[in-house]
Amino acid sequence: MNSFTYFRTDAVDTAVRERASEPTAKFIAGGTNLLDLMKENVEHPTHLIDITRLPLTTISDNVDGGLRLGALVTNADTAYNEQVIQRYPLLSQAILAGASPQLRNMATDGGNLLQRTRCYYFYDTATPCNKREPGSGCSALNGYNRIHAILGASNHCIATHPSDMCVALAALEAEVRVTGSNGERTIPFADFHRLPGDTPNIDNTLEPGELITAIDLPARGFPEYFQYLKLRDRASYAFALVSVAAALEMEGGTITAARIALGGVAHKPWRKPEAEAALVGKPANKENFQAAAELLLAGAQGYEHNAFKIELAKRVIVRALGQAAKLEPTA
Amino acid sequence: MSTPLVTNTIGKPINRVDGVEKVTGKAKYAAEFNVPDLAYGVVISSAITKGKIKSFDASDALSLEGVLQVFTHENRPKLAWFDISYKDQDAPPGAPFRPLHNATIKYSGQPIALVVAETFELARYAATLVRVEYEELTHETDLEANLHKARKPKHGVADLLKPPPPKPRGDFDRVYAEDPNKVAGRYVHSAEHHNPMELFATTVSYEKNGKLTIYDKTQGVTNSILYVTQVFNIPFSDVRVLSPYMGGGFGSGLRPQYQLFMAVMAARELKRSVRVSLTRQQMFTFGHRPATVQQVALGALADGSMNALYHDAMSETSKFEDYTEVVVNWGGQLYPPENVTLDYKLVPLDVYSPLDMRAPGGVTGMSALEVAMDELAYNLGMDPLQLRLKNYTDHDYNQNKPYSSKELRECYRQGAERFGWPSRNMEPRSMKKDHNLIGWGMATGMWEANQMPARAEAVLMVNGKLRVSSATADIGTGTYTIMTQIAADTLGLPISDVLFKLGDTDMPVAPISGGSWTAATVGTAVQTVCQEVGKSLLKLAKNMPDSLFKGAKWEDITFSDKHMRLKNDPNVAVSLQTLVDLNGGKAVRETSTGLPNALKQRNFSRATHSAVFVEVMVDEDLGTVKVTRAVTAVAGGRILNPKTARSQILGGMVWGLSKALEEESVMDHNFGRFMNHNLAEYHVAVNADIHDLDVIFVEEHDDVVNPLGVKGLGEIGIVGMPAAIANAIFHATGRRVRDLPIRLDALL
Repeated sequence: MNSFTYFRTDAVDTAVRERASEPTAKFIAGGTNLLDLMKENVEHPTHLIDITRLPLTTISDNVDGGLRLGALVTNADTAYNEQVIQRYPLLSQAILAGASPQLRNMATDGGNLLQRTRCYYFYDTATPCNKREPGSGCSALNGYNRIHAILGASNHCIATHPSDMCVALAALEAEVRVTGSNGERTIPFADFHRLPGDTPNIDNTLEPGELITAIDLPARGFPEYFQYLKLRDRASYAFALVSVAAALEMEGGTITAARIALGGVAHKPWRKPEAEAALVGKPANKENFQAAAELLLAGAQGYEHNAFKIELAKRVIVRALGQAAKLEPTA
Repeated sequence: MSTPLVTNTIGKPINRVDGVEKVTGKAKYAAEFNVPDLAYGVVISSAITKGKIKSFDASDALSLEGVLQVFTHENRPKLAWFDISYKDQDAPPGAPFRPLHNATIKYSGQPIALVVAETFELARYAATLVRVEYEELTHETDLEANLHKARKPKHGVADLLKPPPPKPRGDFDRVYAEDPNKVAGRYVHSAEHHNPMELFATTVSYEKNGKLTIYDKTQGVTNSILYVTQVFNIPFSDVRVLSPYMGGGFGSGLRPQYQLFMAVMAARELKRSVRVSLTRQQMFTFGHRPATVQQVALGALADGSMNALYHDAMSETSKFEDYTEVVVNWGGQLYPPENVTLDYKLVPLDVYSPLDMRAPGGVTGMSALEVAMDELAYNLGMDPLQLRLKNYTDHDYNQNKPYSSKELRECYRQGAERFGWPSRNMEPRSMKKDHNLIGWGMATGMWEANQMPARAEAVLMVNGKLRVSSATADIGTGTYTIMTQIAADTLGLPISDVLFKLGDTDMPVAPISGGSWTAATVGTAVQTVCQEVGKSLLKLAKNMPDSLFKGAKWEDITFSDKHMRLKNDPNVAVSLQTLVDLNGGKAVRETSTGLPNALKQRNFSRATHSAVFVEVMVDEDLGTVKVTRAVTAVAGGRILNPKTARSQILGGMVWGLSKALEEESVMDHNFGRFMNHNLAEYHVAVNADIHDLDVIFVEEHDDVVNPLGVKGLGEIGIVGMPAAIANAIFHATGRRVRDLPIRLDALL
């Protein structure tokens, strides 16, 4: 960890100005990922701007009937918020599937979006990694890649995004509100994270210096038929091998709307609109879920240690949809 | 002659005497001893696996204000010349690794430099600025790819504790070929790292007179002081090593780790106090449980009588030491087949020497053998427990000696009853709930019951309280507590009147704490020295005017309720306080050695046993395994403290689950480097993995192992667990998985 200077403010515009003045600065909130990366010598900010005192700590109703999560609301406070539990139980479930209570108490909602991959090679500065050091190569491609991507990867990077919360946010079609030197803007969740392509060092579409101020949840929360199902190598405190956020609207036994997002399989939460569309108007049953799973996994590519994820993902999708439709027990 | 122990506290679930200190943070660990003017060292680890360091450029690091020195092989002080000086009490045959010895890189993560600075943060930052140029050579780290290089291990003193396989007996090949029922399988186990919670750390306090007081994370302060005095050529009188508490050892502290070397070197060179603490990543840069490939073949007659056993193992070691463990011998000790071939070979690789890790070799070998037993039972169409009972023996055919005690049959009976085994339907996939297949499996566990020599001191102080000490360790097992109990009962004192101290080289010497021998070893020393105090007290009693003890012999007296008494007339009593008052104002002090009774022990084989029963739920579609309940019944001699004993077994069971389903140090052979070197990606069991665990201690009397009748419980809890889980998974799914860990993709 290098030496750095530290600055704290309670005003959003001051924070943004401070950040603009130093290109190698970083915002810090809960620090649950950034501090680790600094200790591992992966991130080297010269200046830390502590944003924990900014007034972005509330959950409030939006005029469109949706809910606004301040960027600095903790993961724990979000998961246990009455409104979230009532209206967006999928999000609450996803958050509680991640990390540990201690981490969720520290980690913020904005920070959750910005956590970096858990790829072993990204964390080990003795090995090449295009995400950490562009142009150095991808060690995972021909290395140990059990936890790596099967969808949307490139020859430059097969890392995955590690968040659980983001998988639910993708399914719910949240929007990310950001502010920067050029003013405020809103980014649809599907456009927030990006695929690695040949610039895997860039995780998302934030412009340099932009600050996440809030996450907007649309009015439609799928509170009736939903399931976040996470598969991992132990029962808690492990990143997803595959996770599924499934949300349905149903009339009788017929699906009227469907959202499916996958975690642990790509550089971003993975959605396929055609897989969701294929379910609409169809009865909720295993055959239709299986067909959706096939569509979602179309084009999937396995590597030496993670090819099992392709079949596993399909089975998790079928199970999660079945649970969301209340056709299967959730225990 | 020993006088029978009046057990007042022994056998009772006494709380840990150090419990309050630990939970209130008063207990200090090696990196927590703060001394004035402390400097901090951070180790730089090699980025390559094999080759040479061409050059260091430490100029940027050294230019920072507050950076004191960057030590490398180029500027290190002169050290001992010969390998023998670097050998510690747990060193395998070979040439021990010497930190900063020369430019040669022998394994990935090898410590190559130490940066010392005024603050930890500065040292850590400076370490990132040191540029290292390497000349890389091709490495070999893949066990599977190098099996053709397997060879017999070199012999050494390690053979005493880790005997090589016995010579073949009978004719395995012929009998196995003719057997009507037989199974054979290949078992691949991954490397694992101990990963105790506490990182390895050493704080060296550089005293005004140049003497060193060293706080080290170690399973034996004697081992550390021997290493330091020999390597640095310092007299014993100038060094004191302390390790009052240890945040988990599991074998990782059986050898002095390189932070001890680094901290002592820097303190001597800089003539000031230095602390070196390793990082979690660096916890993957020394000993580990070796990766192994095993083959087991079992043959039996149609009635289930086993008559043929084959077990071989190929295990990784480093290219500088022949680390061995007992992997293949267990079947020949546990079962009676007459035709047995056992073989054990090593494959030297460009890795650090493996290191004893809880039940080293035992859990490895038994995890293969007991899965093969299950397979044989299914081959015979016989209940797996019945197969064990059919082949039960009280004789160790490897050594051709009877067991000093073996209540394994009772373990099977009580464990099976508690678990409900008799109602088991043998058919795989016969139990199901929703998506979950349910399976029941069982396995046997076994470990040695060893005893070493150790010394202890006991002082009955003028205030009537007893202070007992020995330079042993409490690696979290409960040594403080059980030694306090033994001392208290031997002299009839309440626990509150006894203070037991350990982990200080100023105390009488004790061996490293491992191999499940500490209770037997140090317990015997403590009992013996307290008896010596008792004998001195008897002399004082005899000298009292009109003493009623005048004609009493040692055999005639007993201690209880703070008094010495005549056995046949307990009302004839004198308080210990009265007796110590007669000692001319001085404490009554004795030092003595507890020795194994070799004459008695040599005619017997000595071991602990266990029977493990496990229920799993396997998601039929998703492959996830949940161990819903497990029962372990242990025959481990006398149980000194059922509470700490139960904790030991529970810890072993949890680790057994972890080993069976989760743990693996993953090496990327492109780099020859362990890649999941943190606790997020090196998975150990978490609370959510653990459900109903039950422990039974079976009555077992044994006056051969030692006068206390204790066998030690450190290892036995883990041994049978992985095989029982693998067998339960077979029962649930019909899939026989022989490799560990068993993760969901193995069951999709």
